[in-house]
Amino acid sequence: MEEVPINHMKTKPHNRKVVIEIKLLKKSFGDQEVLKEISLDLYDGENLVILGKSGSGKSVLIKCIVGLLNADSGIIRILGHNIPDLQSKELSMIREKIGFLFQSGALYDSMTVRENLEFPLRKKKDIFTKEQVDKKVLEALNHVGLTDELDKMPAQLSGGMRKRVSLARTIVTNPLIMLYDEPTTGLDPVTSEEISMLINDVQKKYKTSSIIITHDIKCALLTADRIIMLKDGEIYKEGVPENFENSSDAYAKSFFK
Amino acid sequence: MNPNTDYMEIMNSVRSKTFTFFEEIADIFTFIQVIIKETFSRDFEFKEFFYQCFQIGYKTLPLIAITGTIMGLVLTIQSRPVLADFGAVSMLPGMIAVSLIREMGPVITALICAGKIGSGIGAELSSMKVTEQIDAMELSSTNPIRYLVVTRILATTFMLPVLVLYADLLGILGSWAGANIKGDVTFILFFSQAFSHVGFIDFIPAFIKTFLFGAVIGFVGSYKGYHAGKGTASVGEAAHSSVVQASLLIIIVDMIAVQITDMFI
Repeated sequence: MEEVPINHMKTKPHNRKVVIEIKLLKKSFGDQEVLKEISLDLYDGENLVILGKSGSGKSVLIKCIVGLLNADSGIIRILGHNIPDLQSKELSMIREKIGFLFQSGALYDSMTVRENLEFPLRKKKDIFTKEQVDKKVLEALNHVGLTDELDKMPAQLSGGMRKRVSLARTIVTNPLIMLYDEPTTGLDPVTSEEISMLINDVQKKYKTSSIIITHDIKCALLTADRIIMLKDGEIYKEGVPENFENSSDAYAKSFFK
Repeated sequence: MNPNTDYMEIMNSVRSKTFTFFEEIADIFTFIQVIIKETFSRDFEFKEFFYQCFQIGYKTLPLIAITGTIMGLVLTIQSRPVLADFGAVSMLPGMIAVSLIREMGPVITALICAGKIGSGIGAELSSMKVTEQIDAMELSSTNPIRYLVVTRILATTFMLPVLVLYADLLGILGSWAGANIKGDVTFILFFSQAFSHVGFIDFIPAFIKTFLFGAVIGFVGSYKGYHAGKGTASVGEAAHSSVVQASLLIIIVDMIAVQITDMFI
């Protein structure tokens, strides 16, 4: 599959390349329409927060983006490739450029922290030597401050540590795009803030473009360059964080009060 | 109550259940098709397959040892008085060996494994599904069917015959111990009498059907686990239905295998 380099991709008026382009995306489960013609763009190097109440379609949107759920209609273009048109091999190649932090962390229970981090690199044995893999694993763990937990099982870690290990597992492959599904859910306020700061660190260090799905306002304000608010499967409001903080709109205010 | 409304409700319920039934049948065939395709793919997960063989085979040995020994012992203690009434105690080793090898060993071992291994696979895969581990695997460019399902089905298929052989052997050993409670027979004499009544025609069909039992246990556990719903309740449901459906299928496969074997004997 021929890759479209970022500097050859569609450019928006303010001169930033579009990394993810979504047009008129629809998704229903039975009679329930979850996403109603959603259109949005993610720009290179941007942290885009998608905010909304539970059931507004945030998680469905992010899962459609990576092809874990099939959209009913619409365009999802990542790095220039339309996801619904891709064969499984091509989809795998695109997914290698994407890091996905699951709401639950999704660490493999039967593997140690080290094995969890090595797992995404197992198909690249012809590219990386054992020493290089070890170095990458340690580097990623060092980034989240957990090098001492290398040989522990996920069950031996706290909720915040599991989230950080999960983040380390996503950055071990040096992704271009990061997708965070409720990164601070179930964490105490201090740990939530640490995770939010880590999201910013990852963006700076790895030069990633990110979509952060959340209903945690503190996390949204700490990480967002731009916010899109979803309501009942539709984009309700879009803008920079200041627009939302100073908004007179009752629905937007209900989040930020 | 309006009888027409009742009738419509019943009809809707029947229609919905029929639709769900055929939908599940279609799902099963699609799942089988994908499994066959992934089994013969180039990137077979050998490491995970051998790990599953160890988990499924080696770790089940103690349970099978106890079950097999007690099976032989109890069968001997129960059969001996009846055979003694007919003056046929000398037939005891042969009778035990034939019944263990042809039927009791494979079926009881398979049912025990459906309980231990089938429920384990169902619970493990369903909990991986609920906690999004299967999605994470898919995003790590690893095919979850190839990595999780194919390896487990093949491991149960190849390990169950080994476990059955082990159960048969320990069953005969248990039978020898049972025979010595009220009698005095040497180990060598008991074994030579036992195997003098066993031919390849007893052994081969029984051995072949154990592969089928293994495949059934692996497939049902994997299917139920992989297609589990959301929420922790579905983990228990997947484990439970894996055991029930695998056990039922083992009995049905056994009945068909016996009928087929009978046609050739």
